[in-house]
Amino acid sequence: MTSDFEVVVVGAGPAGSIAALQLARAGFSTCLVERGPFPGSKNVYGGVIYPRVLDDLLPAWRDDAPIQRVVTRRSTMLLTETQSVSLDVRVQAWGAPPYNGVTAFRGEFDQWLADEAVAAGATLVTSTTATGLQLDAGRVVGVSTDRPDGDLACALVVACDGVNSFLAREAGLYPSFSRHHMTLGVKEVLALDRRELESRFNLTGREGCDIEMLGATGEITGGGFLYTNLESLAVGCVLKLDDLAASKRRPEEVLAELKSHPSIAPLVAGAELVEYAAHLIPEGGYDAMPTLGKPGMVVAGDAASMTLAAGVWLEGVNYAMAAGATAAAAAVLARAEPGGLAGTHRHYTRLLKATFVQQDHKRLRRAPAVVFSDFVQRVQPGLVCDVAESFFTVANPEAKPGLLRTIRRVMRARGITVFAALRSAVATMRVFR
Amino acid sequence: MTRHEAFDELDFEDRMATATFDVAPDAHIVVDGDACEGCTTKACVTVCPASLFVELSSGGVLFNYEQCFECGSCYLVCNEAGAISWRYPEGGKGVIIRRG
Repeated sequence: MTSDFEVVVVGAGPAGSIAALQLARAGFSTCLVERGPFPGSKNVYGGVIYPRVLDDLLPAWRDDAPIQRVVTRRSTMLLTETQSVSLDVRVQAWGAPPYNGVTAFRGEFDQWLADEAVAAGATLVTSTTATGLQLDAGRVVGVSTDRPDGDLACALVVACDGVNSFLAREAGLYPSFSRHHMTLGVKEVLALDRRELESRFNLTGREGCDIEMLGATGEITGGGFLYTNLESLAVGCVLKLDDLAASKRRPEEVLAELKSHPSIAPLVAGAELVEYAAHLIPEGGYDAMPTLGKPGMVVAGDAASMTLAAGVWLEGVNYAMAAGATAAAAAVLARAEPGGLAGTHRHYTRLLKATFVQQDHKRLRRAPAVVFSDFVQRVQPGLVCDVAESFFTVANPEAKPGLLRTIRRVMRARGITVFAALRSAVATMRVFR
Repeated sequence: MTRHEAFDELDFEDRMATATFDVAPDAHIVVDGDACEGCTTKACVTVCPASLFVELSSGGVLFNYEQCFECGSCYLVCNEAGAISWRYPEGGKGVIIRRG
């Protein structure tokens, strides 16, 4: 069989486009297949791209990439129905190059990344759905598509086909593909006058803000987010699929309740909904990751569960881009060997272990269990808010109680045992130490 | 009620009208209505962010595929093995997200 391309990359998201970029630069004939009418048209994210990976791969990215805002302010907010406590971090240095995190519309950002791959020599084919793998004696030798005569033979398939990855599952790489690891993200983009937005969020110029919320989703395990674009806000929540199903609540109603919280409502008031969207997120962490490849195939990005949902950190685009670059580096190594690109998966698995992709996920492998635990989700926000309330309530003529006594009193009132609090604290320390 | 009173929630049709769809001629979701009648959870009905599934008084489930975000939640929460067959729509069709 003659090959149409040496490599077919499925999915022009951050993993696929960076893989195609690096493969094309390394001289491989590369086809980048995207099912949407343009790259990014199927993609939704939770707010911040951490761009360090781009410094090496596309050094001019700060001038070229379609960025909305540069995050200089990030808050982690714990909420009860009527209270909130925030850790509000502002770092002006993040607003100057190299930038710590940026916001963007994925419809623009992903298109730009794919265009960079095309400029490097990759062939982008949009509006084409990969429908399956072509196999020969256990080895992946191409993909089928829904175009007439659209089968593509190749020596390597890089599957970056997203959270539902039909290709990784067909290849048998996912022994435990399951809804238990999935959260549903629903997001609203709300248009708001630029001056008004900057005033509400204490921003100037291109500065941006990113707020992450815990305790805002009631009985449903999950969290909320709110971040700024240039002239719009994005507000959303991520909801554990199992809990959402059991709750019988509608996702947009959970989001509406979050938006009506006294700490959130003034931030979104009067802003007009311009786009509502939803997407699944693979939040199982390291233990939910699939086998990363097989002869003739590797898998990267959401398709390989490479998102980190560790409460204080919510990242995915950066892992996807790094994994895509690693897949290309693995192909370069495999090319020099007798077996050729069919052996890419072994190099990819080995190389990825040395990157932050696997190191972060492995080190934080217990983070999803802690962040999604009953204590962190449903006990801790109220505990922290009540302690803060007591601490800052001036109850004259009563004298001020000590902090420890306040904590003990709140714990007693909320029926929180010292054992439960300590157990959660220890689990948290073990994850994040 | 201590919630912010100035809050004005959209109705669902207006919400969905902000999303863009280039509807494919063929359905990418197929539901086995017989299996649904035995389903005790009907989780697809509440979970689907586009509210594409409707419970019928007969116990079955009515669905349409046109305004699908292609998230995959429905088949993942489905309680009756194989009742919902779900795949990606034809290339170029389906949801078009511009500010995702």
